[in-house]
Amino acid sequence: MEIVLYTLISLSSLGIILAVILFFVAQQFKVVEDPRIDEVEALLPGANCGGCGYPGCRGFADACVKADSLDGLFCPAGGNETMNAVAKALGMAAVEKEPQIAVVRCAGAPEQRAKTSIYDGPQSCAIAAALYGGDTDCPYGCLGLGDCVEACTFDAIYIDENTGLPVVSEEKCTACGACVTACPKDIIELRNKGKKSRRIYVSCVNKDKGGPAKKACNVACIGCGKCVKECPFDAITLENFLAYIDYEKCKLCRKCVEVCPTGAIIELNFPPRKPKPEKKEENADNEKAENNAAADTVIENTSEPKNE
Amino acid sequence: MIVLKTFPKGGVHPAENKLSKGKKIEKLNMPETVTIPISQHIGAPAVPVVNKGDIVKIGQLIAKSGGFVSANIHSSVSGKVLKIEPSMDASGYKRMSIIIKVEGEEYEPDIDLSDTLVKECSLNADEIKKRIADKGIVGLGGATFPTHVKLSVPPGKTAEHLVINAVECEPYLTADHQLMMEKPDEILVGCSIMAKAIGVNKVLIGIENNKPDAIKLFKEKAVSFNNIEIYALKVKYPQGGEKQLIKALINREVPSGGLPIDVGCVVQNVGTAFAVYEAVQKNKPLYERVVTVTGKNVKNPVNLLAKVGTPISELIELAGGLPEDTGKIVNGGPMMGKAVNNQQIPVTKGTSGILLFPNKLAKRPKVYNCIRCSRCTHVCPMNLEPHLLKNLSNKALWEELEKERVLDCIECGSCSYTCPAGIPLLDYIRLGKANLNRIIRSRK
Repeated sequence: MEIVLYTLISLSSLGIILAVILFFVAQQFKVVEDPRIDEVEALLPGANCGGCGYPGCRGFADACVKADSLDGLFCPAGGNETMNAVAKALGMAAVEKEPQIAVVRCAGAPEQRAKTSIYDGPQSCAIAAALYGGDTDCPYGCLGLGDCVEACTFDAIYIDENTGLPVVSEEKCTACGACVTACPKDIIELRNKGKKSRRIYVSCVNKDKGGPAKKACNVACIGCGKCVKECPFDAITLENFLAYIDYEKCKLCRKCVEVCPTGAIIELNFPPRKPKPEKKEENADNEKAENNAAADTVIENTSEPKNE
Repeated sequence: MIVLKTFPKGGVHPAENKLSKGKKIEKLNMPETVTIPISQHIGAPAVPVVNKGDIVKIGQLIAKSGGFVSANIHSSVSGKVLKIEPSMDASGYKRMSIIIKVEGEEYEPDIDLSDTLVKECSLNADEIKKRIADKGIVGLGGATFPTHVKLSVPPGKTAEHLVINAVECEPYLTADHQLMMEKPDEILVGCSIMAKAIGVNKVLIGIENNKPDAIKLFKEKAVSFNNIEIYALKVKYPQGGEKQLIKALINREVPSGGLPIDVGCVVQNVGTAFAVYEAVQKNKPLYERVVTVTGKNVKNPVNLLAKVGTPISELIELAGGLPEDTGKIVNGGPMMGKAVNNQQIPVTKGTSGILLFPNKLAKRPKVYNCIRCSRCTHVCPMNLEPHLLKNLSNKALWEELEKERVLDCIECGSCSYTCPAGIPLLDYIRLGKANLNRIIRSRK
């Protein structure tokens, strides 16, 4: 009985002494954390994708709380909605940003771009790109080994089996930019999503002269400059034999799409055009487009135009 | 029995397959056009000094060195500059090249084309270095580092030894071996010129023991030079790595991240020694080199003296044409070389061999999971852990890779060669090195 008593007394007194020490230590080394960080973190998507440029959502919440204004701070995964909520919580003015999406600027499917060699090394774009230009004659185009798919935390990008090219899912993509960084060929770009998801872009990054570019790939931009002349809004620039459409200036008039001789300029999610009594080829294209539109009224398929 | 010198840890011994051994160096016919890339060396690309339509002579400067670590490039043919445009080279990418149509055979007048041996060199160290830089000499072992930069000992460092790499540890290749058999005197004069340029009086030549004829010949010839010593080395790959060679010959270890000059050494390839001889004594720029064209099914494996810019298809033609079941054309040796994707790529200063692998040998082995046998660690001559580096690189942990000394990797490929699971370790390690180098550059 005595043993039990002594044990109880000694252990309890030890506990009390340690508790007192811990109390003072905790007082001394108290870390004051802004409670708003937790608040803001709760508003964020919690995907920790790193699209904002900070290490995870808590890092971003911390940056938001510490910042004087929300300028330059944006959560691409959450979008404007999230940022408005964050701004409200912190009592700051929200900075609205046009929603963006990742765009794959290569349309070199096997039927357009013949294979000239066989790559049998590790299935990684970065490793293949370090070895050579790729298994086709176009040293700029997509290698199709899926580094972008690997990088995506939202499962928003996949390699199309038929074309061997990556396809971005309109709904899932948050424009975090992970695939943009992962692509060793700098093919993927973040562009404004556009009204009703309508977008026009040059689906090629080949900087070669027209001849070699066309020889390597049927749908390459040959740098002819027709689109530059056609564009009424000065949205298209031509550099290194490659056209680039500025999405801020583009008014989606689709004139450039019509004049592009190789079909390197791609329009997405537009309603079918009215058939024009012009070249036969174009009519065929239009019919195809119409058929597609008839098949699914909600056009959301990004891979479709690439197959053309 | 004499114990042959070698490096203490790691290394492999692949089948030697020196099929073109003893084949006389043949001179290639003049090609119709040559494609001369302006970036054939490590460092800044050269800057073209000719324009489209210009008439050039053999040995004329066509692109000027683009910085200190860069090299001049000279025309290998006489003729007309057709165009200056990007063209596919051994890097697998299109790079700026000068394309010349051959017309006649006219040399720059100051080049001495005779075969007479010029032993005496009256130039002083700085003049030698300048001549070497002018004539566009780069390391011919394969890394193509500009020779004049290597010979310029940085202030605060002193060179004690000039080490000549006559190892040729890559299987199949015999270009250096054959050059040694045909031009021993010239090579030895080249060595003493380089020794003079860096101000050392001890030259060590390391030759692998699978070339007994070359060892014997050089030992005889070296007697007349009182500062040149010849050493036979154990046959082990990568004996020709400069750090391994220094360790084997004078038992000094180049510190991690350091250069041979940190232990008082300058290492040059035997082919470079010959190029230096020709540049300094004969005024001849580096516009041609010895290339081995070989392979298991090649009809006539040869050693060729090829002009820079010649498409490799012409070399293959001379070796009996492309065998039917060729699976891969490799530029360089089988261990460190790189497959090319067409036959039109030009010979450059760094092309030591063209290997034609039949399908059976060209295939990469099937990849299985790592079985943790640690063979890669055992064979790594740089005391690294390739399996760890591969995993870190695969997980994009670049900073961790730096701690694991990934930049010390000499890319010899022993790890990939030995891996029983067929894992392409070196591909991942190279990726890690490239990314880490990018990060280090961005820190500055």
